[in-house]
Amino acid sequence: MNHVSNPPTDPTVERLIEQVRAAQADAAALQIRGGGTKDFYGGALTGKPLELGALRGISSYEPTEMVITARGGTPLLEMEEALAERGQHLAFEPPRFGARGQATVGGMVAAGLAGPARAAAGGVRDFVLGACVLNGRGEMLRFGGQVVKNVAGYDVSRLFAGSMGVLGVICEVSLKVLPVAASCESVELGCNQAQALRLLQSWTRAALPINASGWCAGILRARLCGAATAVRSALQRLKNESAAGLLEQDLAQGYWAGLRDQTDKFFVAGNDGTPQASLWRVSVPATCPPLDLSGQILIEWGGAQRWYWTDAPAERLRDVAARAGGHASVFRSQARTTDFLTPVSAPLERIHRALKQSLDPAGIFNRGRLYPWM
Amino acid sequence: MDTPAQDDPHAVAALVARQAEVLAALAHVLPRGALLHRREDTVAYECDGLTAYRQAPLVVALPETEAQVAEVLATCNDLGVPVVARGAGTGLSGGALPHRSGVTLSLARLNRILQIDPVARTATVQCGVRNLAISEAAAPYGLYYAPDPSSQIACTIGGNVAENSGGVHCLKYGLTLHNVLRIKAYTIAGEAVEFGSEALDAPGLDLLPLVVGSEGMLAVVTEVTVRLTPSPQLARCIMASFDSIETAGAAVAHIIAAGIIPAGLELMDRPMVAAVEDFVHAGYDLRAAAILLCESDGTIEEVGEEIERMRNVLERAGATKLEVSADEAQRLRFWSGRKNAFPASGRISPDYMCMDSTIPRRHLAHMLRAIELMEKKYGLRCANVFHAGDGNLHPLILFDANDADQLHRCELFGADILETSVRIGGTVTGEHGVGVEKLNSMCVQFSSSEREQMLAIKRAFDPAELLNPGKTIPTLHRCAEYGKMHVHRGLLPFADLARF
Repeated sequence: MNHVSNPPTDPTVERLIEQVRAAQADAAALQIRGGGTKDFYGGALTGKPLELGALRGISSYEPTEMVITARGGTPLLEMEEALAERGQHLAFEPPRFGARGQATVGGMVAAGLAGPARAAAGGVRDFVLGACVLNGRGEMLRFGGQVVKNVAGYDVSRLFAGSMGVLGVICEVSLKVLPVAASCESVELGCNQAQALRLLQSWTRAALPINASGWCAGILRARLCGAATAVRSALQRLKNESAAGLLEQDLAQGYWAGLRDQTDKFFVAGNDGTPQASLWRVSVPATCPPLDLSGQILIEWGGAQRWYWTDAPAERLRDVAARAGGHASVFRSQARTTDFLTPVSAPLERIHRALKQSLDPAGIFNRGRLYPWM
Repeated sequence: MDTPAQDDPHAVAALVARQAEVLAALAHVLPRGALLHRREDTVAYECDGLTAYRQAPLVVALPETEAQVAEVLATCNDLGVPVVARGAGTGLSGGALPHRSGVTLSLARLNRILQIDPVARTATVQCGVRNLAISEAAAPYGLYYAPDPSSQIACTIGGNVAENSGGVHCLKYGLTLHNVLRIKAYTIAGEAVEFGSEALDAPGLDLLPLVVGSEGMLAVVTEVTVRLTPSPQLARCIMASFDSIETAGAAVAHIIAAGIIPAGLELMDRPMVAAVEDFVHAGYDLRAAAILLCESDGTIEEVGEEIERMRNVLERAGATKLEVSADEAQRLRFWSGRKNAFPASGRISPDYMCMDSTIPRRHLAHMLRAIELMEKKYGLRCANVFHAGDGNLHPLILFDANDADQLHRCELFGADILETSVRIGGTVTGEHGVGVEKLNSMCVQFSSSEREQMLAIKRAFDPAELLNPGKTIPTLHRCAEYGKMHVHRGLLPFADLARF
């Protein structure tokens, strides 16, 4: 049969199913755990740990299919190394928080976080092709598959991307992978925020192969990726039209990795310097002019993702983001809030509750991790 | 098909009374002329692109505004009347087939382009806007809407969202899902909801991928914000001949292995090439066992570089003949046969049934050999076109619908293809949707708990199951009947195999 990478008699899987069934019978809370590298993110952790570490391994990888399938507890590093050997990668550049090799594939999908290439390449859910998930009734369900085009039934596997584990356990996932670009070059230039946003827009309009961008403290950096000739001519154009200077490869790689894994001094220094402040992620249409918010700021995704270290009240950030057509969420905070996300509308909240009920009727998985009422 | 109740006067009377009740209620919320119920007026709505299935709707509602859509839905919800949303009716799986006692909600009049934003590279349009009309409106800004289903001249963006439509360019540019940022929709209760946003994400669960491709069963889409793509400066196409389907299939794998993502990568087998050549006279190589079309688009430099790399790979992969389009006219000629594969098949056979399964590319040759054997087994011919880059097959089974036995054999042939696709790790539908056509095949692809979970997800959006009921997700009962039939024929030895 298709996709049988785990026979139902697999003891690791059976044990997980037993744990879920037992929790359901007692309506006892479970916290789904991969590498624990994103414990800081989202609502507080509650319940007995459901460890996924033993559910690991790449189930199949066929480079010519551009698809990799791995069990939920597989270290992200292991997947990335397997892909790199064949000149492929996860184009959405998921962050690798914490010590090297801890983050897991399941956690990556459940958190739904993407890195610098997000605006150009797409987000986590755009690359999910299928998943085996364990629902709150202890049923192992497979949705989607290992092929790019698939419209059989509802696309339930993609719903799990960014679900923060509230719907079930991601036991196995198939992801679309892409070849690493033939050529990547980065540039930098000094400018203020408004100028940076305008420049990013003009580059987008000119259809330059911008794959990533970052503006912080008066410096704008951009990465161009694609065919060698295309990158070369775009680079020439940028040099001619602006004061952009080429960024040396090592420095560039360090910079983009720093944004991706949040080891950049913006993320680290903000953490140490102002203990009162929280790190906010403000997601708005890229074309928004500078927002009326103060604090340390870093802009990514061509303007669509704006990070703020600020102690401004949540209502203020949410209000500004909403007026710009976006939303604001607490990413890192000393004091854990129960409402890290912007609330959804009443009809959407009803759908959220009903979806949770349909997948996890006893409400055992990751209580309060996404919204306090879920 | 809508008349079985005619034998039963009570059922007919009940239906007539129900129709009067629904009409009276909807007359409060819609203007005159926006409601159809006479058979001669509703006949155009009896089927979609899958014309073998027909059903007269109780009533057709043609709202012109979102507010009217909301009121029609709320009214139907109060009365417990099923609602089938409909765009242009070009769907190929019967997704817009009317419900016998339901309202067909035609959204064709919501056809305004609300905004083209060349800076954000987005278009916000009402659901009834045609796919191609978006690209036409964006063209002055050097932009276009990338997903290009072959019905793009007629099909609407609302229908594209319902089906998660693809097209020949989706290997490089993605499906509808990847090109939609935001959807405004109404629940069956008539409440407005938004999925996604004009930013790159929205708070909470990501419901957008659930709604895209849900075949009108979760909510009624009224407005869509799509991402626009810069029109490439140049596109060139390679037409390569192969002396066996295996080498052509292997060439596809070599292209991908070389790290190339072509703008289009399409394959036609010999019977299909013969049919289209006779139709379009494009100069296809009639001696080839298979023809591969491989396209590159982008800047002049990019295309030059990529075409050379593609040419090298294809030559090494054993292409027996290779031509690169020298100009736009020649490129369009290369494509003319592929784009006309369906009408060309219509010329060589009274009827054809188009399948739509997707398989992992590496099984392409295996699948084609299996189809060859099926041609003998069922005594019917089959021509093949497919989106080789993403493994999406469109075998066209040729038959004569006037011959009941041929129709029957054709259905068995189709089911066999779908089940073989599932067995080798594929899916029963890549882009046409399940609708009513592939309900039985869903029993093969999904376990009962998977199907029950999907039905439970439907109820999370639509508790009374009024939106397009009976489509896409088969009930346990239906699958049990289908399973019995199959076990009886001995075709489904793996029906009860547990799967992880």
